[in-house]
Amino acid sequence: MANEGLFGVHGTALAVRSQRMGMLASNIANASTPGYKARDIDFDAALQSAQRNGGNIDSAIDDATLYRVPLQPSQDGNTVELTTEQTAFAENAVAYQTTLAFLNGRIGTITRALKGE
Amino acid sequence: MGDRPLSIFQVSGRAMSAQLVRMNTTASNLANAGTVASSQGAAYRTMKPVFRTHFDEVSGMSTVDVESVVTAGAEPTKRYDPGNPMADKDGNVWESNVDETRELVDMMETARSYQNNVEVMQTAKQLIIDTLKLGR
Repeated sequence: MANEGLFGVHGTALAVRSQRMGMLASNIANASTPGYKARDIDFDAALQSAQRNGGNIDSAIDDATLYRVPLQPSQDGNTVELTTEQTAFAENAVAYQTTLAFLNGRIGTITRALKGE
Repeated sequence: MGDRPLSIFQVSGRAMSAQLVRMNTTASNLANAGTVASSQGAAYRTMKPVFRTHFDEVSGMSTVDVESVVTAGAEPTKRYDPGNPMADKDGNVWESNVDETRELVDMMETARSYQNNVEVMQTAKQLIIDTLKLGR
């Protein structure tokens, strides 16, 4: 926890959330591409591994990226299920906003402390 | 596209373009359903786009491109119709064999996919704007 600085875990969390948003957007973009294999980031695993190895987010995300197992395989080899992707995307967007709220709270606290209000 | 990493807007934007190409081919197919020609070669055949994933190594994201547009589906059917002005010397015309039900289903799926990508873009835009307002 020592090298996390001002924002604690939230800076790393925001980076992982941002990467996950891009990955889910890729899945939705390829919803009708034959043979496309949907991928997702295991958020908990990525965050833990980023904290363990001192904030290297890229390698943490690479390790936590997994292929999605479809509920019902399709004939053309595409593993994107829009309901799953849409739910994950919405969840990720809400979590991103939550992280932003935490960061805003921290910035507010520090600002007030600096101003001596 | 150069070596610059993909942004989430390019991911969704290119997917939207691909879906638009698909919508255009569907429109052409439906417009040409049941049209006749005087030879087999000149008859209209169903057009379909071929989608291909474009993976970006740098950002780890992938988008979709239309690789090509191919003709697919059943061959035109020969019909004996000597009264038709398009008939050849034997009195035959070739009628395009467009599966209209399939095209309509395809059209609905295309529209849904397009809407999904618009939704993704709007959400991403809003989150980026919120991030820029951080601390204000």
